[in-house]
This record gives sequence, C-alpha cells and structure tokens, in this order.
Amino acid sequence: MTEFIAPDIAWAQLTPILLVLGAAVVGVLVEAFVPRRARRPVQLTITLAALAGAVVAVAALWGGVADTGGTDVLLGSVVVDGPTLVLQGTIAVLALLAVLVIADRTATGEDAFAPQGAATPGSGYEEAARAAGLQQTEVYPLVLFATGGMLIFPATGDLLTLFVALEVLSLPLYLLTGLARRRRLLSQEASMKYFLLGAFASALLLFGIALLYGFSGSLRYADIATAVRADTGMDALLLVGALLVLVGLLFKVGAVPFHSWTPDAYQGAPTPITGFMAACTKVAAFGALVRLFYVVLPDLRWDLEPMMWTVAIATMAVGTVVALVQTDVKRVLAYSSVAHAGFVLTGVVALTQSGITAVLFYLLAYGAATVGAFGIVSLVRERGAVRAAGGRVTSGAASGGVPHVEGATATSGAAVATAVEVRADADDTDGEGAEPGEPEGPVLGEATHLSQWAGLGRTNPVLAGTFVLFLLSFAGIPLTAGFTGKFAVFTAAVEGGAWPLAVVGVVASAAAAFFYVRIIVLMFFTSPQGGPQQPVTAGSPDVADESGADAGARAPRAGTVVVASQGFALVAIGACALITIALGVVPGPVLDAIASVAQLIP
Amino acid sequence: MNDLTSLAPLLVAVPLASAALLLLLGRAADRWGHWLGVLASTAAFVVGAVLLTDLLGRPADDRVLDVHLFDWISAGHFDLSAGLRVDPLSLTFVLLVTFVGTLIHVYSVAYMAHDAARRRFFAYLNLFIAAMLVLVLADSYLLLFVGWEGVGLASYLLIGFWNHHTPYAVAAKKAFVANRVGDIGLLVALMLMFATFGAVDFDSVAAGVGGASQGTLTAIGLMLLLAACGKSAQFPLQSWLGDAMAGPTPVSALIHAATMVTAGVYLIVRSAPVFEGAPTAQLVVTIIGAITLLIGAIIGCAKDDIKKALAASTMSQIGYMVLAAGLGPVGYAFAIFHLVTHGFFKAGMFLGAGSVMHGMDDQTDMRRFGGLRKYMVITWVTFGAGWLAILGVPPFSGFWSKDKIIESAFVVPEVGGEWRAWLFGAVALVGAGITAFYMSRMFFMTFHGRQRWAQTSDGHDQHPHESPALMTIPMVLLAVGSVGLGFVLQLGGGFTTWLEPVTGHVEHHEPVLPVLVIQVATLVAVALGLALAWRQYLSLPVPEAAPAGTVLTRAARVDLYQDAVNDAVLVEPGRHLTRSLVYGDRTAVDGAFTGLGRLTVGIGELVRKVQTGYARQYAATMLLGLVVLAVVVLAPRI
Repeated sequence: MTEFIAPDIAWAQLTPILLVLGAAVVGVLVEAFVPRRARRPVQLTITLAALAGAVVAVAALWGGVADTGGTDVLLGSVVVDGPTLVLQGTIAVLALLAVLVIADRTATGEDAFAPQGAATPGSGYEEAARAAGLQQTEVYPLVLFATGGMLIFPATGDLLTLFVALEVLSLPLYLLTGLARRRRLLSQEASMKYFLLGAFASALLLFGIALLYGFSGSLRYADIATAVRADTGMDALLLVGALLVLVGLLFKVGAVPFHSWTPDAYQGAPTPITGFMAACTKVAAFGALVRLFYVVLPDLRWDLEPMMWTVAIATMAVGTVVALVQTDVKRVLAYSSVAHAGFVLTGVVALTQSGITAVLFYLLAYGAATVGAFGIVSLVRERGAVRAAGGRVTSGAASGGVPHVEGATATSGAAVATAVEVRADADDTDGEGAEPGEPEGPVLGEATHLSQWAGLGRTNPVLAGTFVLFLLSFAGIPLTAGFTGKFAVFTAAVEGGAWPLAVVGVVASAAAAFFYVRIIVLMFFTSPQGGPQQPVTAGSPDVADESGADAGARAPRAGTVVVASQGFALVAIGACALITIALGVVPGPVLDAIASVAQLIP
Repeated sequence: MNDLTSLAPLLVAVPLASAALLLLLGRAADRWGHWLGVLASTAAFVVGAVLLTDLLGRPADDRVLDVHLFDWISAGHFDLSAGLRVDPLSLTFVLLVTFVGTLIHVYSVAYMAHDAARRRFFAYLNLFIAAMLVLVLADSYLLLFVGWEGVGLASYLLIGFWNHHTPYAVAAKKAFVANRVGDIGLLVALMLMFATFGAVDFDSVAAGVGGASQGTLTAIGLMLLLAACGKSAQFPLQSWLGDAMAGPTPVSALIHAATMVTAGVYLIVRSAPVFEGAPTAQLVVTIIGAITLLIGAIIGCAKDDIKKALAASTMSQIGYMVLAAGLGPVGYAFAIFHLVTHGFFKAGMFLGAGSVMHGMDDQTDMRRFGGLRKYMVITWVTFGAGWLAILGVPPFSGFWSKDKIIESAFVVPEVGGEWRAWLFGAVALVGAGITAFYMSRMFFMTFHGRQRWAQTSDGHDQHPHESPALMTIPMVLLAVGSVGLGFVLQLGGGFTTWLEPVTGHVEHHEPVLPVLVIQVATLVAVALGLALAWRQYLSLPVPEAAPAGTVLTRAARVDLYQDAVNDAVLVEPGRHLTRSLVYGDRTAVDGAFTGLGRLTVGIGELVRKVQTGYARQYAATMLLGLVVLAVVVLAPRI
C-alpha cells in the first residue's frame, strides 16, 4: 500500500477551466435558490462574466507560455502549452459570442428554448408552462459545463482525461439539442440520435483507450508515444487502439463516415445551440485530434496516413456534394461544416509545424463565421397567416402547420408527428397573442427552407449582406477569414507532401462555392413571391433528399420576416463579421501570434 | 518611391469607396449616384495618366516601381505583403481599363436611364473597375487572385443584373462555373508555386524559376493556362461568353471586350518567366490560342444575334492574343498591343450594338435589321471604324497589331520548329480571312441592304433613331481610337519599347516568308472574306428566317456543340456522382444493413420498435466506415 501523495497542482494554469466550470456549478445553485423572475439576468451575468474571465485568463497566461513553451499540470493530465491556450481562447471567445445569441429573446420576447423541456410536446402541461411564461434558464449552466469540457478537451495529456472531458462536453450538448421551442419532435429526435450515436462513438473511444493501455501500460500521452517508438511487437493492438480513439474524435468533428448525426442534430437543435455546437465543439475536437496525432501518433504516420487521407477526401467530397442538394438552410450549413472538417483535416494530416498554425487559424475563422451565420438564421422567421376576425384560424394557417414535419421523420411516426405538430403550431399562434384583425400574422419559428430566404436581400439588405459575408468566408473568397484559413491549410498540406489532398480540397471548395452562391443569388436576385421553389431546385431537379421530398408538399406561408434582436445577437453577429473581415484583410498579427506559440509539448 | 507613385493606391481606393458609398447610401443617392460613379472612374484615369507621365520621365530601367501597402500574411517562413506594382505593363492596363471604363460609365448613364436600379448598376461598375485594377496592379499572385475573384464576382453581379429573366440567371451561372474551373487552375498554380519557390510574389517566382525543374514549371504553366482559359473564354472553357451577352450591353463592352476577358492574356504575359522555363506549356498556350481563334471565327459566321456574334469575335481575337503570348518574347508585346487596340475597337462596336438595340426596341437579331445607316449615322460611322479596324485594313488600329501577330506566328520558334511556324502562321492568316467575312456580314446585315424591320414589329411599329449624345460621344471617342491609336502607338516601335522593361528586349526574327508576302497574303485573305460577305449579304437579299444551312453552319449556331460536350463530359458525370453520393449517404448503406437487420430478426425488430428513424442506419454507417478504415490501416501489415 503506497502512501497517497497529494500532487502539486499549478492552479493558476487551470484558471480558464476552473472559472467556467465553477460558474457552471454556481449556475446550478442559482437555479435552486434564486427566484424565478431574477434567474435569467443572474444566469446571464454569471455566464458572460465567466466566459469573459476565461478569455482574460487565457490572455494572462499567454506571456508565460510564450516564454517557457508551456507546462504540464496535474502530473501531466492537463497540458497548458501554446496550442492549448490558442484553442481555449478561441473556444471562450466563440462561446461568449454564442451565449449572446442564445440569450437573445428577440422582439417576440421568447428565446429559442422550450418553456419546459420535460413537457410532452403538445400536451396541456406544456401549454400551462407556456402560459405561465416559464423560461428554461438551465440552458446557461449547461452551456457552461459543455464549454468547460471543451476547454479541457484540447489540453488533455492522458487518455482518461480525454474521455472525461469528452463526456463533460457531450452530455450537456445532448440535452441542449432537445430543447428547441418549436418543432419539438424534430428536436427531441435529433437529441436522441445524437445521444445514441455519441454513446456509440464514446464506446469506440473507450475501447480504443483500453487497447492503447494494453499496448503501452500507460494512459499518459508521453508514455504511449515512447512505447510507440520502442517496437514492442504488439502492433495490431496499437493500430486498432489508435484507430478507435481517432474514430471517437473524428465523430466529434463530424468527419465522414462518422458524420451522419451532423445534419439531423444541427437541424433539430435550437439554432443558437447549433451555432455554439458547430463552432466550439469542432474547435475542441480538432484540438484534441491535433494533439493526439502530433504528440502520440507521429511515428505511426505511415500506417495512419492512408486512413486519414481516405477520411479527409471522403469528408470533403461528401460534405460538398450532399450540401449541393439540400433545401434547408440549417442542413446546408451542417453539410458545409462537414466539408470544413475535411478542409481542416488536410491541415492536420500535413504533420508539419505550419500545419498546426493553419489548423488553429482555420478553426477560429470557421468558428466566427459559423456563430454569426447561425445567429442570423435564428432571426429569420416565418410569419403565420393572418387570422380571421372571428378568432378562427384561417385555412392558410391550418395548412401552414404541416411543413413543420420535416427532416428525418420519414418513418411511421410521421403521421403522429404531423398531428402533434399541427396542434403545437396552433398553440404557438395562440401563445403569441395575435390580435383579431391584425394586419400581419404572428411570428412563428425559423424560416429554414431555402425558398423562404428568397428576396431577403431586398427586404433586409444589411442582415442579408452580413450573411453573404459569412457565406463568402465559408466559400473561401479572398479578403475574408475563410480564404486565409483555406490558403494556410492547403499550403501546409502541400508542404507536408499531401498535395493530392490539397488539390481535392481546392476542387471541393470550388464546387462548394456553388451552394453558397446559390443562397446569395436567392437572397438578392430572386423575388420573394415569384416562384421561389424553382431557383432552389433548378440545379438538380432530379435529386431529392428527404427534406427536399417534402418541399413540394409545403403550403406557402404568409411570408418571411426578420425579427428584431434584443441587441445581444446583433452584438454577436457584428463581432463575428468584424473577426471575419479582420482575419481576411490583416491576418498577419493573428497568424504571427499563433505561429509563435504553435509548439505542442509532449 | 517618390511622391507620385504613392498615388497608386488611389487607383483602387477611389472606385472602391465610390462603390461602397453607392451601395450604402441606398435610394438617397438615386438621383446623382451615377455621376458619382462616372467621377470615380474618371479620377482613376487621371491618377493613371499622372503615373504615366511620371513613368515616362524615368529612364527605361527604372520603370518598375513597387508600392508597399501592408503586411498581409506572415505564417512561419511565409511572408507576404500586399503591394502594388506600377510598371509599363500594369500601367498600360490601368489606362485601358480606366479610359474605356470611364467612357462606358458615361454611356451607361444614358443607356440605363430608364432602369430603376441604375445606382446599383453603377456601384457594380465601380466595384468591377476597382477589382480589375487590383488584378493588374498586384505584385503577387495572391493579390492578383483577390482581384481575379473580385472581377469574377462583379461580372457575376453585372451579367445577372437583369435577373428577372431566367436565361440571364442561367447565363450568370454558366459564367460562374467556367470561372470557378479557371480559379481552380490559379489556386493550384499558387500552391505549386508556394511549394516550389516558397513565395508567390512575382519577383520571388521569377528569381526561383532557374532552380525549379522543368516538370514543375510545366505544371504551373498549364495551371495558369487553365486559369487564363476560364477568364478569357478560351477553349475548352469558352462556352460561357456567348451566354454572358444576356447582361446589359455596356457590361459586355466593358467586361467582355476590353477588360476582364483579357485578364488571361495578362496572366500569361505576366508569368513569362514561368513559361520561358516550360516550352511544353508554351506550346500548349499557342495551340489553345490557335484553336480558339478558329472556333470563335467559325461560330461568329453563323450567329444572327449581333451581341453573340461580337462575343464570338472577341473569343477569336483573344485567341490571337493568347497565340501571340504563347510564342514567347517574340509575341508578348504584340499580344498586349493587340489587346489595347482590340479594347478600343471592340468596345466601340459593342457600344454601337447597344446603340442599335436602343433604337430598335432591344432587338438583337441581325436578320431583323438592315438599312439602319440612314437612321443612325453616328452609330454607322463609329461601328464602321471598328469594323475596318478589326478587319486589319491599313491604316486602322487593328492592322498594326494583328499584322504583327501574324508575322510573329510565321517566325520559327526553335531549331526544328519550322512546322510550327507554318501551322500557326497559316491559322492566323486563315483566321484573318474568316474574321473579315463575319464582321462584314454583321456590318452589312445591320446597316446596309433592305430594311427588314418595318414590317416585322410585333404589335407596334419600330422607329429606329439615333441615340442621345451621352451615348454617341463615347462611341465617337472609341472610334477615334479605332482609327488612329494603332498607328500612333507603333510609331518607331514605341509601344514595344515601352513594354520592354517587362517583356524583355527581343532581337528581330525573320519569319519563314518575307514580311511583305505575309502582309499581302493577309490583305488578300481579308479582301476575299469581305468579298464573300458582300456577295452573300449585300448583293443577295438576306432572308428574315435563318436558312437551314450546312452542317457546319448548324454546328456553329450551337457553339460547335460545346454545351452538349460539356453536358456529356462534365455535367452528367457530376450529376451521377452527386446522385450516387447522396444515394450512398442515405440509402445504400441503409439498404445493406436493413438486409442484415432482417437476418438478425430479434435485434432488427427491436431497433424498428425503438422508432429512431435512421439512427440505426447511421450507427451502421459508422460501423461500416470503421471496418473499412481498419482494413485500410491493417491491410499493409498483413
């Protein structure tokens, strides 16, 4: 029996993580002890303060790390080095912006979350919760817990911490995915799928960890790396273990063939959460992937390279091509995020010093555009049909309820879902208190079908223009952050000898420009009423995915409306736009700063 | 750097600021916005002229000036600053773009007078000017790419400007596709340069060429050529240009005659060091130029739409330039020379076509024209000047530039390359004859012969009339250029000497035939083409319905089946790929595992009862993917 020796912990190095997780715990207590009315402002203040504090803490740690190259904390379980800080800073900033979008209740006075997550959709209980004006303020601590996990994820120095961080970041996300205020069945279904598949991926990861432990006798990255170098004759164990761990991480970044949850989860989740999850999760997961790939497995590069190449190429191809035929803006962005995962992978596979810099920069650029784009999606809403003076819902509104069923519910549950959703939709109409004879119908959920975005550039030029900026950044047009990022990862790939990947990447990003530009054309060059379906499907009339299939069945809505933000979302969108432009026009300082610390310590 | 060159950034900044202002001010600027656009373009021209005087005042070896703007990207050992390069080549383009651009701005004030969105149109025009100037002034390939994408975007906005008609949107899309293919070329070239030279600015690339292998240089050269083909509508990416004519006519004059479509020629001439090290790529450039020259000329003979015929002619003329650029130092200066004169006479003819359309209720079918000479005297005269210039009739501008290209094509490029001299020379010569035929055909069908429009107006009568002064003045100025610019520029070899700091000094090479013989042969070919057009379209009546025509005519009418070929070679496989990927992503894997699921009844039923939609299938996809990857990883070890 050895005596337990308390480890010497450098608490200061952990400040960003501790701040966020501590605030999350406080948030839970707030839920228990603070009166309902005051909860939202209190939670919001705590959350924003914690995330801002994390950003400041990262900045404060920067100087030390830049000098020393970094240290390991908690006996090497957590590694605080340059890439860790860059990633933590990126995650904290993006989470801060995402929380602003989450917090925005818009002019409708409602946030994007179900009033009572536990209520059955369409039940009387839900209606009562809505009437009582309940708000799901648990969202904030959940986001903080997820962010805390993300902050640990790229900093992990051993496999066990990796697994714990993965679960800490994943579990709150599963919950958050199921909390959408509207289209609740879709949301809950997405949550369920995300959870099941996430659990599957976690199991694979855990199995991989076990195999790697069996191979090396240690969970520590540094020890495993040493064992890899020393030929132990157990290569099968090592290779399968490494493969399984990589698969667990590739699932989180949404790489093909582990991407299938992405479109459904992104579509079903409340849009602000989608933005948060698309940006921050990807940053964290790529951070962990880079560390694993560069620190533990570089000696296996000849074994793993074919596999990573396959995944990268498949990811770019599938993400790009399938995005071309989507008709739902959230699904387009979801598949585009898959494609982006592929672009980042080309930088990861490069295995060069500039590859790390490129990946870190790309993640920041991608994350900023993603949070901003989903922030805008959350503001573009459907307007229901005008109600008749007698209080009866006109036929337009009644039939307008049908389109709420979409996405992957092409099973026998669809009929039930239709009935429930129509009812829920009618409830929405009541909830927003449309005055009889009001000239404009009530504001409903998000207008995510592409046809509903037609002509947005004419009615809301500034909002649409900002969206164009984000799309151009996704497309990698020069003078946006996306171009700099793409250029950086592709040149890193060429430098690392992976030029076929770079060529595929260039071709894929050229093709990807189509669906971005298609949205731009739709917003600026198509009139809102004039046959909105044609331009959407014109490119590929004979290809229909499941969300396209119900497009024909869609009854026309009374229209699309952009709801006014309370201000939070506007700040976030504006900040994202500024970052996108700044990183495109003068990326020098940021690239320099990243490059100066982009050194992983084992 | 003295004080004057520090003005260079204004060239870009002024039109850009104007474009931003016009877009941001919105309707408030509707009344005067177009004049702001004209002013911005004029200001850019004035700055260009000032820089010209500065450059002319310097000795020839001091005429390459770099203006540092800011440090753009610095990652690791990759340092790139954004800077402008003012040298004879870029300044030639600046002056061409801003001068012709300004005239077209003025013309558009009247041409677009009845368009509610005129202010927006001018914003796009300014944006285009700014982007084009970035393209030609960039001191690195990366900044050039910024301008390259910028002109693509602006042209996309301008072609699709009248987007209320579906064909226009389709045309804009087609242009977009072709340009994206070209962009891939430029991007790959960029990455190859970075991998080879570690830098992408012109100086470093030129300096590093000596140490690079010929294979690499050939690859870079071919990729640059692909880029040029996309932008300049060269074979096999030429099909978009004809469709792009759907945009407003001033746009065609600016983008599709004088400026953007010539960017490919600029790129090739600018990349001379790369091509000098890659003779194979150079030969391919020449071949592409020759092919496009003939294709464009043949298509031009069959088109009845005046703008599409002009577009085909542009394609063909740029083919001449690319051919010249592929000849190496012998041809660079002449390629640019022809580019400048062509910019004048082709823009003038496009504006003339716009003027005809303006007076004819937007009719573009030449079979519905005829005898317009009496009604539009100024248009007739200015168009006539352009016609004689493109025919290469001395002493009009086109004669000086095109004749030089034909002479250069007859020069033996290297020992044992006699066949090339004869082949390319003959193609250039024949091309001149065909050019004479289709341009004369256009001229006669439009302005001469029987009036074919009075009795064919649908619903209301047509009253052809001359355009307002705002439209005719630019046409007159361009016509003056079409008449005299070539002569002035070639005086004492002035233009080639001016470009020497960039293109290098070339010893005179003797063609395989005496120069006089070539000149006479060219003139004979032109006269033959002209006579044929005279007989067919002036002596004989022009039928109002297009005759069935020969196989070649019918093929030429549909752009030599280029669209069909594109469909078969590119679109269809792409569609199948899309379909199978989508199918595979959602169905195939599902199908396979549904089958498996039926076998394992218990699990299958359970899964089905859980009713999670496709979650089971997603998991199956992951598992299958895992198995495949495991095979990929483990197979080499077994």
